Amino acid sequence: MLKITNLHAHIDEKSILKGINLDIKAGEVHAIMGPNGSGKSTLASVIAGKEEYEVEKGEIKLEGQNIDELSVEERAHKGIFLSFQYPVEIPGVTVTNFIKTSLNETRKAKGLQDMPAKEMLKLIREKSELLEIDRKFLSRSLNQGFSGGEKKRNEIFQMAMLEPKLAILDETDSGLDIDALRIVANGVNKLKSEDNAVLIITHYQRLLDYIVPDYVHVLYNGKIVKSGTKELAFELEEKGYDWIKQEAGN
Amino acid sequence: MNKYTEDDLREELKTKEYEYGFYTELDSETFPVGLNESIVKAISKKKEEPDWMTEWRLEAFRIWKEMDEPNWANVKYKKPDFQSIAYYSAPKTADPNKTLDDVDPDLLAMYKKLGISIDEQKKMNNVAMDIVVDSVSVATTFKKTLSEKGIIFMSISEAIKEHPELVKKYIGTVVPTTDNYYSALNSAVFSDGSFCYIPKGVRCPMELSTYFRINQAGTGQFERTLLIADEGSYVSYLEGCTAPSRDENQLHAAVVELIAQENAEIKYSTVQNWYPGDKNGKGGVYNFVTKRGLCEKNAKISWTQVETGSAVTWKYPSCILKGDNSVGEFYSIAVTNNFQQADTGTKMVHLGKNTKSTIISKGISAGKSQNSYRGLVQISSRADNARNFSQCDSLLMGNDCGAHTFPYIEAKNKTAQIEHEATTSKIGEDQIFYCNQRGIETEKAIALIVNGFSKDVLNKLPMEFAVEAQKLLEISLEGSVG
Repeated sequence: MLKITNLHAHIDEKSILKGINLDIKAGEVHAIMGPNGSGKSTLASVIAGKEEYEVEKGEIKLEGQNIDELSVEERAHKGIFLSFQYPVEIPGVTVTNFIKTSLNETRKAKGLQDMPAKEMLKLIREKSELLEIDRKFLSRSLNQGFSGGEKKRNEIFQMAMLEPKLAILDETDSGLDIDALRIVANGVNKLKSEDNAVLIITHYQRLLDYIVPDYVHVLYNGKIVKSGTKELAFELEEKGYDWIKQEAGN
Repeated sequence: MNKYTEDDLREELKTKEYEYGFYTELDSETFPVGLNESIVKAISKKKEEPDWMTEWRLEAFRIWKEMDEPNWANVKYKKPDFQSIAYYSAPKTADPNKTLDDVDPDLLAMYKKLGISIDEQKKMNNVAMDIVVDSVSVATTFKKTLSEKGIIFMSISEAIKEHPELVKKYIGTVVPTTDNYYSALNSAVFSDGSFCYIPKGVRCPMELSTYFRINQAGTGQFERTLLIADEGSYVSYLEGCTAPSRDENQLHAAVVELIAQENAEIKYSTVQNWYPGDKNGKGGVYNFVTKRGLCEKNAKISWTQVETGSAVTWKYPSCILKGDNSVGEFYSIAVTNNFQQADTGTKMVHLGKNTKSTIISKGISAGKSQNSYRGLVQISSRADNARNFSQCDSLLMGNDCGAHTFPYIEAKNKTAQIEHEATTSKIGEDQIFYCNQRGIETEKAIALIVNGFSKDVLNKLPMEFAVEAQKLLEISLEGSVG
């Protein structure tokens, strides 16, 4: 699904990713953990195609196709979805209007007509039920005045609507209480299939109790310094990151 | 216009230049440049006006001569040379007695380019139009349907001849000739415009609409609109403006007077996209307009404007809330891009008791433009329990534009309640990235954000205008980010 080879990226002369290798197959859930400032969110942004980051070396392939030259929206059209750590507010644009625009722009890129209104409403109803979203929520302005939990739930709702091939969840657990965490995780679990893949970026092991990863990678100083199964996450939770730093330093 | 889709918009966005920048060759009859008493007399004579009108114009001219052009607005421009403007230009083919079939095919072609073909308009829904090309009203439709209700809707030139008693009674009562420099000038030289009278208790069954257009090079356009809603009547009036691309600045100084008698309601909506000048700030229309409405007891006047055009805009649609319980509203979206400058807002003058006013102003600035809101809320000593709510929001795009807010409040009555809210925000790269990530390309993302920002005002526009307004917002801001 996603294959990253020797990826180097920098911003404003500052090197952040220093040779990332990652191979995520369809049907898999990968987690990337690591201390603050290790480059986790940068990796998410670079995969999504954020322009501030300069990729100097290496390549990113989605389903065998090199996506280096694609714009952010083209990557989105190909099925990359990024659930933001800090989703932005867009006053006056309702959740419904936003997701409708998003879905139809994606369809248009694929040469499809706009989704008929009736079908759209049905889909919205289905997906909002899946994520236990109150219908009133959908007519509010996007993320404006949303609680932390509502913002994240809204991200997962959009993910459910767009049905991406690769979903990157950037610190989705931050700012969530335990109930919200459960709802969000359940949503992700329901959306998982053999045809898509999930990349979870997280600082803590907590979310991984709910969304169980097939592989866990530790990112430190711009490199993946350790990979393992979900047991690695428990080990990190218990021992912290210092031993990783020391190992990496050696 | 109704079937306008997003694909059409995309096509339009590809053409960055002003879309109405064509020029139709019409054999025009233009007066020599300059302004003096004989030009004023000649205009009046050309229009076969009665003596009282000629006198009224001359009086205005004398007042104007003694006045100075105002310079308090937050705009910088080269003052027009009023002696190098031709004050009258009429397409030669215009003849009020002709039917539509006789209209010059070139003219009709021009309407078609503007998307306002008359034959379509005739068939299409509830819009009656009085079209002003340069100075003379060429065609009025729907007259018959309206006249059955006793509604008078015609060019002001016709009204001066056919209903002199009404014109004489009301003209200059809301915007006196002495009001300001441009209104005095307009009173002296106005060429044409619309006149509308809604009789007592009549609810106008359709939206009334006028399209203005500047065609002849180097001519100023001075329309005069007079709209009277008699007791208990209702009317919704739409005004749209376009001007072809021209290098020299063109002056546009209109006067609009609204009179809402007891229990009457007037809704006046404007979509203005006069030529804003090119990307380098060359050319464009100077839009110096005086719009004011008078509300008698229990009356209501609602101004809604979407201003996307003109190089320089100086415009403050206002309400005089004279009668008790009268209501004034002002909803505005002003967009400036490139080198455009807009100084626009409203005046709400509360004279009667329990009068209420609402001001919602949305300013969007991009490029190197300057966008100012200027508003006055005035509560007189007699206006017990007057209320005002004002909200002024500014949206900035890029780092080279400016947004300014000048709210003036004068309250002389202790019972007044005045609220003012203001926000300034910027379209952020993070917002754009977010939209991009959801598959929405940048231009579309900006349109979405701007439409969201303007929603409170767009919602106030009649349906058929809202679509056009959204389209204009998108076109005006094309290429402003990234």
